[in-house]
Amino acid sequence: MRSPNPEPEALPSLATGFAALLRRDLLLAWRRRGEAANPLWFFAMITALVPLAVGPEPALLARLAPGMVWILALLGTMLAADSLFREDYVDGALEQLVLSPQPLWVLVLARVTAHWLVTGVPITLASPLLAGWLALPAGGVPMLVAGLALGTLTFCLFAAVGGALTVALGAGNVLRPLLVLPLYVPVLIFGTAAVARALEGGDGSAPLALLGAITAVTLAIAPVAAAAALRVGIDG
Amino acid sequence: MAERRWQWFHRLASPPGFYRVSGRWLPWLAGTSLALLAVGVVWGLLYAPPDARQGNSYRIIFLHVPASFLALAGYYVMAAAGAIHLIWRVKLADVVMSAAAPLGAALTFLALFSGSLWGKPTWGTYWVWDARITSMLVLLFLYLGVVTLRQAYASRETAGRACAVLALVGTVNIPIIYKSVDWWYSLHQPATIRLTAAPSMHPDMFQPLVVMILAFYLFYAWVLVLNVRAEILVRERRAGWVRDLAGEGESE
Amino acid sequence: MNLQFHSLAELFAMGGHGVYVWAVYGVAALVMGALVVRPLRRHARALAAVRSARQRGR
Repeated sequence: MRSPNPEPEALPSLATGFAALLRRDLLLAWRRRGEAANPLWFFAMITALVPLAVGPEPALLARLAPGMVWILALLGTMLAADSLFREDYVDGALEQLVLSPQPLWVLVLARVTAHWLVTGVPITLASPLLAGWLALPAGGVPMLVAGLALGTLTFCLFAAVGGALTVALGAGNVLRPLLVLPLYVPVLIFGTAAVARALEGGDGSAPLALLGAITAVTLAIAPVAAAAALRVGIDG
Repeated sequence: MAERRWQWFHRLASPPGFYRVSGRWLPWLAGTSLALLAVGVVWGLLYAPPDARQGNSYRIIFLHVPASFLALAGYYVMAAAGAIHLIWRVKLADVVMSAAAPLGAALTFLALFSGSLWGKPTWGTYWVWDARITSMLVLLFLYLGVVTLRQAYASRETAGRACAVLALVGTVNIPIIYKSVDWWYSLHQPATIRLTAAPSMHPDMFQPLVVMILAFYLFYAWVLVLNVRAEILVRERRAGWVRDLAGEGESE
Repeated sequence: MNLQFHSLAELFAMGGHGVYVWAVYGVAALVMGALVVRPLRRHARALAAVRSARQRGR
């Protein structure tokens, strides 16, 4: 219940709420930096397994590299997404967030941003190195990095929707990735196509622009959807 | 006047009201859909001329295309029902949504299965990563997500609203997914015959197809109503009107 | 409009494509049949459950 005449100063602005939650989440991630590095580990280890599985010929690896790096980035961000809302749900902090005067979607956006900074950005930064392991020609690297920067953010946004939908269902639920993986299809298509175009000597900016458009649309709808799903989970 | 105009709506939107009214629709829906299905199947299998290139295998189109239409339309039915439930808290809308999800999944499966078996004589393999088939597969995954999410929740109210959110997110994304898959396919276009009929389909083939599409729409409506009625009875089993309804049958 | 097949054997064979066509139509019949039967049985079971609850209540 809000008071009928809330004083303007009493309500922190959207930006303040966003920044406060972002700072808290990043601080928490910093205190557990070992755990926060897990997605990156995962990303690197599976990349190392690819040549062992398909053979070390550079030509074959180069052919597979854009797709493999994209899929591993997808799995890496998803692996960590289980903790997006779970702990806050278990210890009751989530209810406080829902009751806070800030719109819930702003707080979801802050949480997703923190998650992206901790998982998506390191994966994006590490991708040139790992693409090198897979013998990706240097011509494809700029598009790979640009695409992954946008793509991992979109993955994190969708993962938030999945995490919010299953937050009340208990830990270790395999349902969450299944719900949102179909939504990843366009991102994967445009992301890998941008790299492929660049490798053919063409211009990959058209698929990259489409990927950016998808990121923008997702940025608009996913926080709202995740907020709605969190309310359902808390009420239910 | 306005009050009067809305009365029918409120009666229809209440579960007992819908149960009573829809009982009168059932014979019509069952009769017309079964009759049209029979006409369409016989026409398509026995009377439509064989395709010049594909021979008789193209007769699968009379099931494949209507099933694909309804698979996609069914997702929008489901999502619209979910939105109505989420926004206006109309109980009946959640019942419709819970009925539409498995029905849509079944039709998507049919579309995939028929497309796959059509592919064997046409392309020489059961599965090609054709744009349409791939989109259908993604649609099946979206449906299965909604079906499993509903089963995962113990509380019916929570399950309904969570599924509605998921279905709405899917709705926004379906056009993007379809366009992107089309685009992806145009990049890797293998030299094959496209599964889709040529735009100028011969009327002798087109007419039975229209009959089958109509039949599938009616069939969808029929099965949806059947499922909604069963679900209403299960949900309202403790309500007085259901007990009365059960009593009526008993006294005979 | 003419009948396209002149014997049952021809109808089943469909010029070599019979297996695929009939498999699709057969599976469609099964699935669509199940789609109709399932809610009907669920409806009947629900009514029966309410009825037996009434009887026990009496």
